[in-house]
Amino acid sequence: MAGTGIISAIGNSVSETLAAFQAQCSGIGHITLFDSVHKNVLPVGEVKLSNEGLCDTLWMPAHTSRTALLGIYAAREAVKASKVDIKRWRTGVISATTVGGMDRTENFFIDYLADNTKGKLRNVLHHECGMSTELIADDLGVNGFISTINTACSSSVNAIALGSRLIKHNQLDVVIAGGTDALSKFTLNGFNSLMILDQQPCRPFDASRAGLNLGEGAAFVVLVSDRVLEAEKIKASAYVNGYANTNDAYHQTASSPEGRGSFGAMQKALAMSGLSPQDIDYINLHGTGTLNNDLSEGTAIARLYGDRYPRLSSTKAFTGHTLGASGGIEAVFSVMAIREQCVFPNLRFETPIPEVGIVPQKSFESGITVNHVMSNSFGFGGNCSSIIFSKN
Amino acid sequence: MEQLMADLKKQIIEALNLKHLKPEDIGDDQPLFVEGLGLDSIDALELIVLLQQHYNIKLANPQDGPQIFKSVKTIAEYIRANQPS
Amino acid sequence: MAIYIKGKGNISPQQTWGDSPLLETPVLANGNRFACVEPDYTQFMDVRQLRRMSRILKMGVASGSMALKDAGITVPDGIITGTSYGCLEDTGIFLSKMISNVEHALNPTPFIQSTHNTIGSQIALLLQCQGYNQTYTQRAFSFENALLDALMELQETPAQYFLVGAADEITDTSHAIQQRFGIFTDEHHAGAINGEGVAYFVLSGEKSSQDKVSIHSLATFYNADETALNNGVHQFLADANLKAADIDLLLMGTQGDASEEAVLQSTAGSLFPSSAKGHFKHLSGEYPTATAFAVWLAARMIETQTVPESVSIGKANRPLQRVLIFNSYFGKYHSLILLEAC
Repeated sequence: MAGTGIISAIGNSVSETLAAFQAQCSGIGHITLFDSVHKNVLPVGEVKLSNEGLCDTLWMPAHTSRTALLGIYAAREAVKASKVDIKRWRTGVISATTVGGMDRTENFFIDYLADNTKGKLRNVLHHECGMSTELIADDLGVNGFISTINTACSSSVNAIALGSRLIKHNQLDVVIAGGTDALSKFTLNGFNSLMILDQQPCRPFDASRAGLNLGEGAAFVVLVSDRVLEAEKIKASAYVNGYANTNDAYHQTASSPEGRGSFGAMQKALAMSGLSPQDIDYINLHGTGTLNNDLSEGTAIARLYGDRYPRLSSTKAFTGHTLGASGGIEAVFSVMAIREQCVFPNLRFETPIPEVGIVPQKSFESGITVNHVMSNSFGFGGNCSSIIFSKN
Repeated sequence: MEQLMADLKKQIIEALNLKHLKPEDIGDDQPLFVEGLGLDSIDALELIVLLQQHYNIKLANPQDGPQIFKSVKTIAEYIRANQPS
Repeated sequence: MAIYIKGKGNISPQQTWGDSPLLETPVLANGNRFACVEPDYTQFMDVRQLRRMSRILKMGVASGSMALKDAGITVPDGIITGTSYGCLEDTGIFLSKMISNVEHALNPTPFIQSTHNTIGSQIALLLQCQGYNQTYTQRAFSFENALLDALMELQETPAQYFLVGAADEITDTSHAIQQRFGIFTDEHHAGAINGEGVAYFVLSGEKSSQDKVSIHSLATFYNADETALNNGVHQFLADANLKAADIDLLLMGTQGDASEEAVLQSTAGSLFPSSAKGHFKHLSGEYPTATAFAVWLAARMIETQTVPESVSIGKANRPLQRVLIFNSYFGKYHSLILLEAC
């Protein structure tokens, strides 16, 4: 891993993000960037840049979907930070998104529903998930391999895993992998119809948790082969050491009580890395803040660790749940933890979930040893993924 | 009450697309979930929407669902007790 | 390395399931829009499971079941799906309700089933398959990405069975919007016809004596101009250790609309002068994952050693050892998939 880029509710760059963690400053607040009847009711984690601001900064046309804009923003930072000349190599872009250009489509639909000859076509041009990846690849000048994954909230972990595999199989030398999702009325109302949105800032892994807050953002990592590392004379900031993808196969939306999918994903990722559970210094939890997820994930961790679990936290109390981007965002957090030798707090935690009793990290802590980090991402449809990043 | 339960059965079949059932196939006290009609938690959310659409009753906490949605009779009783007049 | 086709299931605008001979009576499109010939779904699942499913989910579960049955497998080791549009019908329902109800009292089911991974995860749920589960959505590479994933997985651990396929549906809304973009507008079959379909395959890295067809390799070319495409095809053949003359049939994803595919036509003509040529999109219609239909067709042609008249451009006069699918999607996406007789 040679470079990272991130934009979320807590910052528009890797350095701003670290500063927000150090200051324990959450990005959750009221909806300001679009109209909704839930505007002052449901808190969200918005990126603090409007579409106009993003277009101006990036020199992109005004009709570009926000999902693509956020993706381009983070991908540019990652490539720049990597110092890799990506045009020199067999380079691919693998992104992940769940809504694609929905933020534009939902506006098109208002006019279209009233009259199907109406609605500005440029607002549906970017609807397909794969379009956001095209725009990112075009912006970076990548003409080779492109791919997009949508396994709901586990999507971008799978994107990073696929990138690693393509390099391992000598199909590509460099992969820009991650994910992007913009907030949309569609997802806000969708999650609201499931009655799993908290009207307060979310409290992951707390006994009193009452649901999640949606967020938005994008994050990408630049994965390179050993050959590229040598030729470009750069140093890796971390290594992808293991990953696994399973399916809970329990229910369309809910996780199994025993967390069989998440347990399997963690166990298989550990097996691939050759590490034992005790080697992991920090777990970045999926930790959405819903009753079901946190109990299921907590149970899986308790099964894996008993009560000797490592430092762990959900960072979603800072960012909100960024859906298809969350795995990428939390991968960047994991690399930050390794590079800065720190762990991040699980904001607003007070009381452990009685059934599992897990106490997450309560404050930002630096100067500790972080060699191996595991990051979990689980999604609708039972999709579960875990990934392990290591210092060496 | 009888009429309310008859209406409910039709509405449940419609909302949950239970095409293989007729209203008279659902007993007033028959359990709707798991061992009875085999409904699940997504159906419970759909029933919450049904109450909102047809009876203008808003269930704030989905955790109350299992108690209310035990059977057609319990739903009817809940509607009677909570319907805005 | 190759992966072996153990089973196939295909629901398409043609009669592609059941026992009928290969493309016995080709179906023509009604105007500029194809619709799948759908089976009776109660053969594949009970009414309780069916009640919530949209059309694309039913087609997905049914074609997945057909492929598994054909392969004699009950639960695969993993499920990989490609879909560009995902579950359009449910997406449209939720969007419309959200707007008309002004964000109040919305049914959760269409939202739950709007995400692209619903198809693959619905199959996993019904089969209780806890293995690898992946969904790709890169427009006209969605199925190719799924196949590439399977190739890598099965290369690492050959003794596995993966259910790999693709699904895309047309809805009234998607068709109307595409027509407003100026595609699928010709009513006289001159241009591209809007298509849809769902096909799944059971693939394994382990060869058995009953296997008839393998998928040898594939390549995708995003935004390639004629030179890049030419170089790509040469490299693809070199990597496969083949000459152009080794391709017995070139199965081309030409739309019938010459403007967008001049590159494919000229590349195909100049690079494969001695191969027989065929086409398939007048049978499947044009849609992002139409190459899944092409893989089914190529496999059936190799198995039966026949090239149906409706496919062939000119006569194929030699045994079908290798079929190369060469697809173009609006000139921006090109892909190659090579199938071989075992």
